[in-house]
Amino acid sequence: MVQKLDFLVETPSQTAGPYVHIGLMPTYAGNPGYYHEEVAVSPIAEGAQGEIIEITGQVFDGSGWAMRDALIESWQPDAAGIFPGQPGADPAVSGLCRFAADAESGIFTLRTVKPGAVMARGGKLQAPHISLWVVARGINVGLQTRIYFEDEDNSADPLLARIELRPRVETLIAKKTAPGKYRFDIRLQGEGETVFLDI
Amino acid sequence: MSDQGPLIPRNRDMHPDPYFPDYKTSILRSPKQALLSMESGHSEETGPTFGHSLIGALDNNLILNWSKDGSPAIGERILVHGRVLDENGRAVPNTLVEIWQANAGGRYRHKKDSYLAPLDPNFGGCGRTLTDENGRYQFLTIRPGAYPWPNRGNDWRPMHIHFSVYGHSFGQRLITQLYFEGDPLIDRCPIAATVRNRSQLETLVAPLDMNNSRPHDFLAYKFDIVLRGRRQTMFENKLEGM
Repeated sequence: MVQKLDFLVETPSQTAGPYVHIGLMPTYAGNPGYYHEEVAVSPIAEGAQGEIIEITGQVFDGSGWAMRDALIESWQPDAAGIFPGQPGADPAVSGLCRFAADAESGIFTLRTVKPGAVMARGGKLQAPHISLWVVARGINVGLQTRIYFEDEDNSADPLLARIELRPRVETLIAKKTAPGKYRFDIRLQGEGETVFLDI
Repeated sequence: MSDQGPLIPRNRDMHPDPYFPDYKTSILRSPKQALLSMESGHSEETGPTFGHSLIGALDNNLILNWSKDGSPAIGERILVHGRVLDENGRAVPNTLVEIWQANAGGRYRHKKDSYLAPLDPNFGGCGRTLTDENGRYQFLTIRPGAYPWPNRGNDWRPMHIHFSVYGHSFGQRLITQLYFEGDPLIDRCPIAATVRNRSQLETLVAPLDMNNSRPHDFLAYKFDIVLRGRRQTMFENKLEGM
């Protein structure tokens, strides 16, 4: 016998299911006014420093169908790379946003401020990125991924550097379509499958 | 006590299989490529904070929070309560807990739910609260009904409540479901079965808690939630090339 480790085990995930929106985005689900204030409707408030950008995209399943029921959360630092709660953070950046694929088109839109580069452990800079968490019916454990930007220098980013199949790096990079506008699609499975993270 | 170590890596064996053919929707919605594993950084170790001004007085009372005239929702009155902890056994205070559920007949107030059971005009089916300084939360609600869903020929969801929890960092983000002690549908449910580790599935089943029930008012069920913890040891090496 040995001593007992007294750690607890993380509660297992379960799918968010088809009705996740009533809990997390009641107005989107057709129940406006449920709460006096909904959580994370926008990651920024008026006066946020930096470039305001809009990222649109779709979430595709393994058959290439654009999912209409995906719910996404994003988390990011401000334009200087400082996260909410850290010293010096932009008070107009709350960092968290909830958004959903449109029920008709499957298109999602994230309007935010472009994040700055972030210092990683060991003193390396991570290229500017937004963390994503994707849930939906049929997704049993929420999927983590990141949005990087094609007009930033991503060459030294420690996460992108670890992707062995180099063509897959492109799945994490938003394409610029116009000034301040980006396209970022998420593919759950199959050709062009997005790199999902276990961090 | 330091709270600055990286997140303890998620033990995927303790979680559902992403690809679980008995749950048909998972077949096309599960990644086939390996996940990219890496030690956490600021992006995962920081997270949103929520102020008490966010939470309305009835937000954690689903019996009354959609009532138009003060009439209570129809159903078996229950208290659902517990603690949010991390893997180190420490309470997670001031964190947002959100729930959503079907009504007593098994019908959701969602534009896409067309089940035969009627909507209850006084029941909306969602609630939220912040944990207190000891990580405790509680909701007053009605017990949700079981309901059929299109999967295999005759699949029914056991009675369940969806839970969404943040913790203090985005890497702790978790959505799960509470099941009720004694429900025979749990063992027939392919969504519950996605958690193949039996003792882990049991952590999703809330026991009847008579000590916290109130005579002539409500029964109680206890549901603790464990989120990822952070490594507590101090000796950090700089990893080259990582």
